[in-house]
Amino acid sequence: MAQHQVNYLKDGGLPVALTTIDKVVNWGRSNSIWALTYGLACCGIEMMASGASRYDFDRFGTIFRASPRQAELMVVAGTLTKKHAEFIRRLYDQMTEPKWVISMGSCANTGGMFNTYATVQGVDRVIPVDLYLPGCAPRPETLQYAVMMLQQKIRKESASRAQKPKRLM
Amino acid sequence: MQQSNRLRPFFENITFDREDNELVLNFGPQHPSAHGQLRLMLHLQQEQITKAHPDIGYLHRGMEKMAENMIYNEFMPTTDRMDYIASSSNNYGFALAVEKLIGLDVPRRAKVIRMLLLEVNRLMSHLFWLATTALDIGAMTVFLYAFREREYLMDLVEDYCGARLTHAAIRIGGVPLDLPDNFMADLRKFLDKLPENIKDYEDLLDKNRVWLMRMENVGVISKEMALSWGCSGIMLRASGVEWDIRKEEPYELYDEVEFNVPVSDKGDNYARYKLYMAEMRESAKILYQVIDMYEGTSTELMAHAPQYISAPKLDIMTQNYALMQHFVLVTQGMRPPVGEVYIPTESPKGELGYYINSQGGPYPYRLKLRAPSFWHTGILTDLLPGHYIPDVVSIIGTTNIVFGEVDR
Repeated sequence: MAQHQVNYLKDGGLPVALTTIDKVVNWGRSNSIWALTYGLACCGIEMMASGASRYDFDRFGTIFRASPRQAELMVVAGTLTKKHAEFIRRLYDQMTEPKWVISMGSCANTGGMFNTYATVQGVDRVIPVDLYLPGCAPRPETLQYAVMMLQQKIRKESASRAQKPKRLM
Repeated sequence: MQQSNRLRPFFENITFDREDNELVLNFGPQHPSAHGQLRLMLHLQQEQITKAHPDIGYLHRGMEKMAENMIYNEFMPTTDRMDYIASSSNNYGFALAVEKLIGLDVPRRAKVIRMLLLEVNRLMSHLFWLATTALDIGAMTVFLYAFREREYLMDLVEDYCGARLTHAAIRIGGVPLDLPDNFMADLRKFLDKLPENIKDYEDLLDKNRVWLMRMENVGVISKEMALSWGCSGIMLRASGVEWDIRKEEPYELYDEVEFNVPVSDKGDNYARYKLYMAEMRESAKILYQVIDMYEGTSTELMAHAPQYISAPKLDIMTQNYALMQHFVLVTQGMRPPVGEVYIPTESPKGELGYYINSQGGPYPYRLKLRAPSFWHTGILTDLLPGHYIPDVVSIIGTTNIVFGEVDR
C-alpha cells in the first residue's frame, strides 16, 4: 500500500505531457514564424523597428529572412504598385507551404490614401491575405499583436494536412 | 544528343550570342539592402561592374498628380509619405512653399517649434541611416544601438503630435499645437546623452577593419561629378563643396543659430559616414540653442491671415464670422494668388524643393517635388562601374536614398 499518491500530471510528476501531433507541430510552427523582409514603403520602417531593439521580435521567434525560400510569413509592409505586383506574386509562389500573409497598413489593405493610376488597391487582389492590419503606418505594437493573432490562427489549423487553397478577394 | 549517363554538361545545341563573358545581374526590386524598391541591372565582368542601370518607379504612387486634385491643406499628410524617415522636413518644405506663395509670416513660437521638429527629424534620419547602413555591411550591434536612440526621439515626436512615423506636425501658417510640458526636459536629457552615444558608434566603427575595407576609397565621387549629377546635402559636402541651404539661403531661424557645416574632400563612403556623425553633433548644437529661444515667445501658433488660415479654435466657437471663414476654408480651401514659387530646403537627405504653380484656384495647377534621393539614385549609373558586387550595397547605403522620395 503506497503511503502517498503521485499525481503524474501535476508539477513534480514524471516529465510526461499528453498531447496530439497537431498540437506539437503547431506549437513549433507558431513559435518560429520566420518572416520575409518585404518593406515596400513607410510601413517597412515600422517593420524594421519591430525587429530592432525596443520591440524585439525575436521574443516571438519571428526572425526576418531575406529569402522567400526560408520564410513562411510575408508581411506586406507598404504600398504595392502595379509595376511591383508581378514580383509579389512571384515571391509568394516561391515561399514553401505552410505560408501566411499579413497585410500591414492601409496601402496594403485597400490602397489607402493612394487611389491613383499606379497603385494596386489592396494586395488581396494579387495574393491571399490572412490578416489585415489597420493604420498608416501601424505601430510596432500593432504588428506584434497581429503576429500573436496569427499564432492563434496557426494553432487552430490542422498540421498534418496541406493548407486549403486560399481565395483571392 | 543528350545521354542520361553523361556527367559533363553539353553545349552542342546551345549557341551563345556573345563571347565576352559578360553577366547581367538583376538586383532588386525586393532586396533587403536596396533601401526600398531599387532595381539595378548590373553588367558584370567577373565580379567587376562594367555598367549599371538603376530602374526606378516601383514605388511610384502618383503624388504629384494627387496634389493637383487636393486643396493645399489636404496634401499635407501625403507629403509625410515621401521621405518617410524624416516626415516633418517634407511637411515643412511644403508649408514653406505655400507660405511664400501667399506671403505669410509665421509667429515666432511656431518657428521655434518647427526648428525643433526639423532638427529632431534630422537626428532621426541620420540615426536611421547609420543603423541600416551598418546592418547592410554587417554591424548588427550598431543597428540595435542606433534604433534604441531613434526610439527615444520617436517618443518625443509622439508626445508632440501623436504619430511616430508620419507626423503631419506642421501646418501651413504655423504649427497646430504647443509643446507638451515635459518636452524640453526630455529633449535635453536625450541631447545630454547623445555625444556619449555617438562616441559609442564611432568606437565600434571608426577603426573597425571590416568597416574600413568596405568604406575607405569605395564609391569615390569627385567634385565635378557630384556637381554635374545634381547631388546635394551630404553627398555634395563629402566631395568638397561647401553648400548647405541652411547657410546659403537661411529659412526659419537658421540665421540666428550658430552651427558649422562639416565638409570633407575625400568623396568616398567613409567621408560620408564621418559627415553624418558630424552633422548629428551639429544638430544637437542647434537644438540646444533652439531650446533657449522658446522661453519668452508669445503663445501664438498660427499666422493671422483670415483669408487663408482658420482662426484659433476659441474664435471659431465664439465668433460667427470666424466660423464662416473656417467653413469656407475647410470645404473649398484657400485660394493663393496666381503665381509660381520654388523653395529649396535642406532636408536630411539634401535639397528638397517644392515648386508650386498656382492659377488662383484652390488646387495647385502643378506641384513638382525636387527630391534629393532621385538625383542620388541617378549617380549610381556613373558611380558603380569599376566597383565589385559587395561594394554595391555599401554605396547604396551611403547615398542614403529613400524610395518614397525617388518615385513619389
